[in-house]
Amino acid sequence: MNSFESVRGYLQSMVSPLQYLATTPKQAIDWAVENLVTRRQLIEENQGFKTNELLYQEQLMQLRMLKKENSRLRSLLASPVRADAKKMVAEILSVDSDPYSHQVVINRGANDGVFEGQAVIDDQGIVGQVLHVGTISSRILLITDVTHAVPVRISRNGIRLVANGTGTIDRLTHNHVPHSTDVKVGDELVTSGLGGKYPEGYPVAKVSAVKQDESHPFAQVQSEPVARINRLRYLLLLWPEQPTKIFSSKDDLAALEESNNVGT
Amino acid sequence: MSAHNGIIIIFSLLVALMASIMPMPISADAFRPDWVLVVLLYWCLALPTKVNVITAWIMGFLLDVLLGSVLGLHAAAMALSVYIIAGNFQKIRNFSVWQQALIVGVISALYHLLVFWFQRFLTDVVFLPSYLYPVITTIILWPWAFLLLRKIRRHFKIK
Repeated sequence: MNSFESVRGYLQSMVSPLQYLATTPKQAIDWAVENLVTRRQLIEENQGFKTNELLYQEQLMQLRMLKKENSRLRSLLASPVRADAKKMVAEILSVDSDPYSHQVVINRGANDGVFEGQAVIDDQGIVGQVLHVGTISSRILLITDVTHAVPVRISRNGIRLVANGTGTIDRLTHNHVPHSTDVKVGDELVTSGLGGKYPEGYPVAKVSAVKQDESHPFAQVQSEPVARINRLRYLLLLWPEQPTKIFSSKDDLAALEESNNVGT
Repeated sequence: MSAHNGIIIIFSLLVALMASIMPMPISADAFRPDWVLVVLLYWCLALPTKVNVITAWIMGFLLDVLLGSVLGLHAAAMALSVYIIAGNFQKIRNFSVWQQALIVGVISALYHLLVFWFQRFLTDVVFLPSYLYPVITTIILWPWAFLLLRKIRRHFKIK
């Protein structure tokens, strides 16, 4: 089976020039739209960015402090210390025109170190995972595809669910949820990190409907993905964190502090 | 000379492949005509010795790779649809363009249903009427594609 996947990888690399060619008109239009803006629009946009940056910087200061505190507390509790994951920005080449599957093609491939099963996010939350890798492009399966499911938990109370894709762009379903489960409309679902594909704690969806009809064996729960699946443009590829030992040692903490100091 | 002619056919097929994966707004995406099928059917009617079921299978296979579907799915559907036309090319050739357009519409509907059946067999997809919207645009596209490709065929004297 594995050798067949590599054949598929070769085929993917073989047709990627066609994909690059097919997106040229769209990229030309995008380029024109980006370049033909008025001075006033640019100034307004710039001001918006500046205010945003100020807000984010303030949050970043807090985050740095919290991160250090968290890692110190984790080491006190002898839990594994978390390290920062490697990330890479990718751009969407094409969105699938096939109505039966939800996939996109991105402009990163094996040359950039992309691997199969890698988690992909946008600025809002989880988007999907890498399905096939070519040399200069790869294919991503979105979380809304019928064949896809993400292990999630409710961030409010930690109850674990599985978010299944439905083939509809704005809906995920959750099967086998008992009636007694504490789920409410508006609950935020984040990745639970179980299953090992997705790193823990990234937002996936918001619960949009809960129907606790006793005539059905399970409660019917639906949610809406937080990532804007239908208007994706830039994506972030995540590399898994370093494998952690069961118990953290003082060396781990020292190494972490060192990397923090280097980063700041 | 014949090598030169073959390149024109391959080029038209590649353009059709590109048109079928070109990004489009979501509202228009459901109406995307079957470019590859239309171009294949034209060449199959005009030059059945050059473009046949095997060509159709290869184009369908490339479409599979481009769309990321299960390998062989579009290939099988494409080959079966083209087989029906290839078997009756002498009859269909004599029809007027609009009659041909209707037949192409039927073939396109068959193609989409075949793809749907294979998908249904593999995953639990449900049928939506929007899966057959491309049939309408394909019928509208056929006369224009027919006239354009005939002009190309006569201009380059492809035989």
